[in-house]
Amino acid sequence: MTELKGWLLAENPDSRTQAAFGRGYLGWLRFYHNPLAMIGFVIVLTLLLIALFAPYIAPEGISSGLTGDALKNARFLPPSAEHWFGTDGQANDVFSRIVIGSRITLVIVALVIFTAPILGFIIGTVSGYFGGWVDILLMRITDVFLAFPKLVLALALAAALGRGLESAIFAIAITSWPAYARLARAETLTIRNTDYLAAAKLQGASHWRLISGHIMPLCLSSLIVRVTLDMAGIILTAAGLGFLGLGAQPPTPEWGAMIAEGRDYILSYWWLATFPGLAIFTVALGFNLLGDGLRDVLDPKSGGQH
Amino acid sequence: MTDPKIPAITINDLSIHFGSGDELVKAVDHVSFTVPAQQSFGLVGESGSGKSTILRALAGLNTHCDGQMLLEGESLQSARSKAFYKKVQMVFQDPYASLHPRHTIDKILAEPLAIHGFKNTEQRIAKVMEQVALPNKFRFRYPHQLSGGQRQRVAIARALILEPKILLLDEPTSALDVSIQAEILNLLNQLREELSLTYILVSHDLAVVSYMCEQIAVMQHGKLVELLQVDQQGKTDAKDPYTLQLNLASKGYDRAVIEQFIDHD
Amino acid sequence: MTYIGNNNDHLLEVKNLNVEFPSVHGSVHAVRDISFKMGHEKIAIVGESGSGKSQTGRAILGLSPGNVTAEKLFFDGVDLQGLSARDYREIRGKRISMVMQDPKYSLNPVMTVGKQMIEACQIQMKVSKKQAISRCIEMLEAVRIRNPQRVFNTYPHEVSGGMGQRIMIAMMLLSSPDLLIADEPTSALDVTVQLQVLAIMDDLVKERGMGLILISHDLPLVASFCDRILVMYAGRIVEELEASKLDQAQHPYTKGLLSCLPNNAIKGQPIATLQRQDSWLDGTLNAQGKLI
Repeated sequence: MTELKGWLLAENPDSRTQAAFGRGYLGWLRFYHNPLAMIGFVIVLTLLLIALFAPYIAPEGISSGLTGDALKNARFLPPSAEHWFGTDGQANDVFSRIVIGSRITLVIVALVIFTAPILGFIIGTVSGYFGGWVDILLMRITDVFLAFPKLVLALALAAALGRGLESAIFAIAITSWPAYARLARAETLTIRNTDYLAAAKLQGASHWRLISGHIMPLCLSSLIVRVTLDMAGIILTAAGLGFLGLGAQPPTPEWGAMIAEGRDYILSYWWLATFPGLAIFTVALGFNLLGDGLRDVLDPKSGGQH
Repeated sequence: MTDPKIPAITINDLSIHFGSGDELVKAVDHVSFTVPAQQSFGLVGESGSGKSTILRALAGLNTHCDGQMLLEGESLQSARSKAFYKKVQMVFQDPYASLHPRHTIDKILAEPLAIHGFKNTEQRIAKVMEQVALPNKFRFRYPHQLSGGQRQRVAIARALILEPKILLLDEPTSALDVSIQAEILNLLNQLREELSLTYILVSHDLAVVSYMCEQIAVMQHGKLVELLQVDQQGKTDAKDPYTLQLNLASKGYDRAVIEQFIDHD
Repeated sequence: MTYIGNNNDHLLEVKNLNVEFPSVHGSVHAVRDISFKMGHEKIAIVGESGSGKSQTGRAILGLSPGNVTAEKLFFDGVDLQGLSARDYREIRGKRISMVMQDPKYSLNPVMTVGKQMIEACQIQMKVSKKQAISRCIEMLEAVRIRNPQRVFNTYPHEVSGGMGQRIMIAMMLLSSPDLLIADEPTSALDVTVQLQVLAIMDDLVKERGMGLILISHDLPLVASFCDRILVMYAGRIVEELEASKLDQAQHPYTKGLLSCLPNNAIKGQPIATLQRQDSWLDGTLNAQGKLI
């Protein structure tokens, strides 16, 4: 263990890999000593594990399959040892539905991560790097998207594309990339005139090499931080769309849709809306704390020094 | 080998403007000079004299120029080719700003090789680090883990790794302590001898250029005031009042002399 | 405020001043046991980056972010260490002033020069606006700005570096301080402007009988300008000497700093470089000028 630590913290690494690992380890150390960030990290990690092992954690599945009298007796049961979070109108176990719903939440998160930020990142860095008419064109397009209120545009898109989870995700992605483009452009502008970029140009580096090898790595950390912080908002928007009936459709155990179902019974059967609500709250909080922690570790303004 | 009789660099009637209309600034105003191959040429002047602008224009970082720039007798186009960068490299003033903060020394030195498609990366990096006297243990460190002098050695190594013929040096020592400056100047002189390099050295420090260069161009407000030959003793035969004033000023504080200064503010 | 004794010949007395910065790798000792006395004269603190020269200036002003301890830190008979934060502010505003390296960072970019000066003047001297304006104009004239009215209405980015530094000095002089601490006041300026700014400071010291501490890295320049030089290395004063006797410097570090200048090198031969010795970290010079 101490040997590994010495290898990681070596002042004079012997190879590229060691240098990269050492840098990662220093970041982890800083992250590790930030209690709030660790709480966020544990929450997000738990979400990942729950989603991964959902079928084993929730053996009752998303629907009880009961009918007739059996359904009548098993529906709207309050939380108990048997049904931790109670049952809903179809006698489905709410706990199981939330556990399996975590997969949907993660799918939303993953799909949004791999679309909006990447699109925004490329548009922003290209725009900032080239400047001139490229910048003007790309930024006016960005402005057009920014001019719409985010939720209203998402609502309109989701309504136009038809109800369903896919259209909700698409709507979220299309409304959230401009913010990343702006961020990446602003970061690029501060780097654009630095000497190290001029030095790379003088080595004959191509535009794409400068953008991908020199500019993007420097903008990446603030983008990661921003995306993590936005994750909470994305989950909330997805839940909001589900709640309004434009996202995932029942009986899909999407948390927002589950709250919408429970809305009618909020006074008589409080557990239907409360537990999905708590799940959304916890995960959103987890991503926010993680984002704050990552900012402390990754922020280029802290110089990347220890 | 190139013919030593062809000058490494010729600048003909170079003018560079920034802005337009009322805001027009003539950063460089009809400047001409030639730099013989394997010589060291100094550009000296105060801030705003246009000395760095000329260097950046030569490197292709400023594109708004009128006039002619020739590299080994051939006229330079406004877009520089890869072959140009194999011949001409630049060292910047501030070693804290000219090295990418997220790249290790190894990556910084490997990058130019990758761009130009060199295969023997390992040998070249080891060789160039030896040339600038950087111990191998620094190879996988990040710039912020090095001192100012070590960083400037890395910057020089990066410029040398493509084995250029001409180095453009933009105030290479003015951000460093004097004891480190001495080491870097010695290194530059030694490299010039070993590798038969041509230098264009920009500096505000008359003492530095007199020590390093065979010829000095004194710049003021974008104009070339005087072209001086430096003799073996490092002395120049300056005649222009501006050069004489610079000379006096670099001698230190003397109340009587300062009274004679012509104000440029 | 307590006045101890009546030793007016010592404007500033520093004995065993230490500045430490706590860090995860153990504390960093930026200034180690430095002692000096000064009267109404021009002294220079010279050293390379990291020698602790700037930290010394900040510690005297009570602006150091580190832990400052000293056996004695007396300014004109006042024990600076015993002052409350409020009294220290009072002293800093009225009796000790500081000029920083780069005027660009010391002036507020969105306020005209005149407005900033008037504000500073009113805070420090509690005078009416009219009196403040005439005082400011007077000070701008004192630093030989030819058209003070015009400078009054400009924004900081509209003035040149030399002009900006003159304005800073004028601001620092508003309250007629007894001691001016200048931290690399001219390093960002061109060499001729540098000398002109120094000349202004020189005159002011002479006319007003101020004390001046000039913190600089440029040994030959301060030697031609100041009365006395303190050479710092690794947080300690390794040598104290009369400026006129610089050529008789004893410490190998001081000598090394002089010999590594390109002015003193022979063309075509390498410049002598400084070979740092571990003994410089703690050794002292004896009476014969030998390092022990």
